[in-house]
Amino acid sequence: MPTRSETLVRAAGLRAMFEAQGALLVEPPILQPATTLLELYGEDMRARAYVTSDALRGEQMLRPDFTVPVVQMHMAEGAEPARYTYSGEVFRRQEEDPDRANEYIQVGYEVFDRADPAAADAEVFALIAEALRGLPLRAVTGDIGVLMAAVQGLQTSARRRQALMRHIWRPRRFRALLDRFSGRAPVPPSRAALLAGQAATDAPLIGLRSRADIEERIAALHEDAATPPLSGREVEQIEALLDVREVMPHALSQLHDLAVDMPDIAAAVARVTAREAALRARGVDTDNLMFEASYGRSSMEYYDGFVFGFRAEARADLPTIASGGRYDALTRRLGQGREIPAVGGVMRPGLMLELEGAP
Amino acid sequence: MTLKLGVPSKGRLMEKTFDWFAQRGIILQRSGSDREYAGAVAGIEGVSLILLSAGEIPRELAAGRIHMGVTGTDLVQEKLALWEQLVEPVEELGFGHADLIIAVPKAWIDVDTLDDLDAAAAAFRAAHGFRLRIATKYHRLVRNFLRDSGVADYALVDSQGATEGTVANETAEAIADITSSGETLRANHLKILGDAMVLRSQATLWRSRTAPVDDRVRKTLKELEARLG
Repeated sequence: MPTRSETLVRAAGLRAMFEAQGALLVEPPILQPATTLLELYGEDMRARAYVTSDALRGEQMLRPDFTVPVVQMHMAEGAEPARYTYSGEVFRRQEEDPDRANEYIQVGYEVFDRADPAAADAEVFALIAEALRGLPLRAVTGDIGVLMAAVQGLQTSARRRQALMRHIWRPRRFRALLDRFSGRAPVPPSRAALLAGQAATDAPLIGLRSRADIEERIAALHEDAATPPLSGREVEQIEALLDVREVMPHALSQLHDLAVDMPDIAAAVARVTAREAALRARGVDTDNLMFEASYGRSSMEYYDGFVFGFRAEARADLPTIASGGRYDALTRRLGQGREIPAVGGVMRPGLMLELEGAP
Repeated sequence: MTLKLGVPSKGRLMEKTFDWFAQRGIILQRSGSDREYAGAVAGIEGVSLILLSAGEIPRELAAGRIHMGVTGTDLVQEKLALWEQLVEPVEELGFGHADLIIAVPKAWIDVDTLDDLDAAAAAFRAAHGFRLRIATKYHRLVRNFLRDSGVADYALVDSQGATEGTVANETAEAIADITSSGETLRANHLKILGDAMVLRSQATLWRSRTAPVDDRVRKTLKELEARLG
């Protein structure tokens, strides 16, 4: 295992590489206000991050990543375009696997640039791939934006599309919703009784969820019951899309084929095509680069376009060595009315050293 | 070295545990006055009784400070990460039944499943500007359960007691708590979500996997397990 000082030296080297690209060094505080992160990720965040508190500032989190504070800082005071780099500890609660580190050094690079998203995606990926060159790693890429476009294009009610969008990052719930909207899953008896007007209660209404809230949902359920089921063809198309898992040239041809039947994904597929060209222009061997349409769906829900990760081929026990993606929507949510296309990635120098030291 | 046996220090859980051991010829007693938390054991050699709060027994088992202990499945799974590596169940004692469930106001006629809860939470957040609050003291168990069930837009709020009252007091919209008969829930105008059984729990005798064991303790453990099984 590499020592902390060896890891810090490696981290400094990686950071210098990003600084040489014109990135500004930033150092967000370790303690972050918990409310922002909880607001973004919900209760699941507490299972991933360490929470502490004091009587004056309330709940604070030991930073679980740098992206959120860097975005906040950029949205508050950053010039455009901007490139940032950082390195330092991040903290992750580990309650299931004692072999996973709960504190480790991360080095990252974030690009806020409106000019050419495909080029920015390729820049981040290619710089990280270059820094990792020689390590026995396998890169996987994907694009959450294609699936989002497919959902937005479904011939069904806005409410159903919204429900599916909300669960893009929870594959099991997404599947269950698809089954229900397509009529494959039976209507639960309680729902059937409610729709038949047979659900009644004499219990007093308690709590903050109001009579209007309840009536609104019942109206929504009636509307949903009157909505025709999602066609089997559309469900199959979504499934076919999620199954795309190929090297870039084959994946692109499959995506183009799918776009014939799903015209709504055409613009998103064009973005994948443009990115492939930008990656190639940067010297990335895209003929052998994997593209998986469902990649990144079970990670943190801020990536909404390009996603990538590098894993150690022979070391399935190790976490992802480097990862990143595009998070335009996050800048919108943290930007208080402003937004900017953004993409970034992080590396774990400790794991890199471990792999380099391996015989 | 004697075998240290941890038993809940008060209430029905203590009495029923004493009865259960007595039926197997092992007499556990509180020594001295009612207020003194010391105990004595008759009917078997080499066992010392440690009276503890039921909530502290998982921690003591995990730390190896007691060899065996009686407490609920719910407390072991809530308090110990990787509990299977720290403790091992020896016997379910057949009392102290409690199910960890999720309950919502009975007046929510549109909410009967986790699917409903998730949809109601999304609408609640949009309408009220904050996440639907679920009061509980079982944070880890409930969070893991809801994550695995794909429920979003909720927040857990801590409630260490009188949890059923939090909805009427408007400090939570729903609760996750243990219930045995469901009477307290009904009295507080709450109903259980049909598919939200987080955990079925009962009083269980556990053995620590970490406590140091010498020949004498090993012999006593063997004898105990033979008589209890």
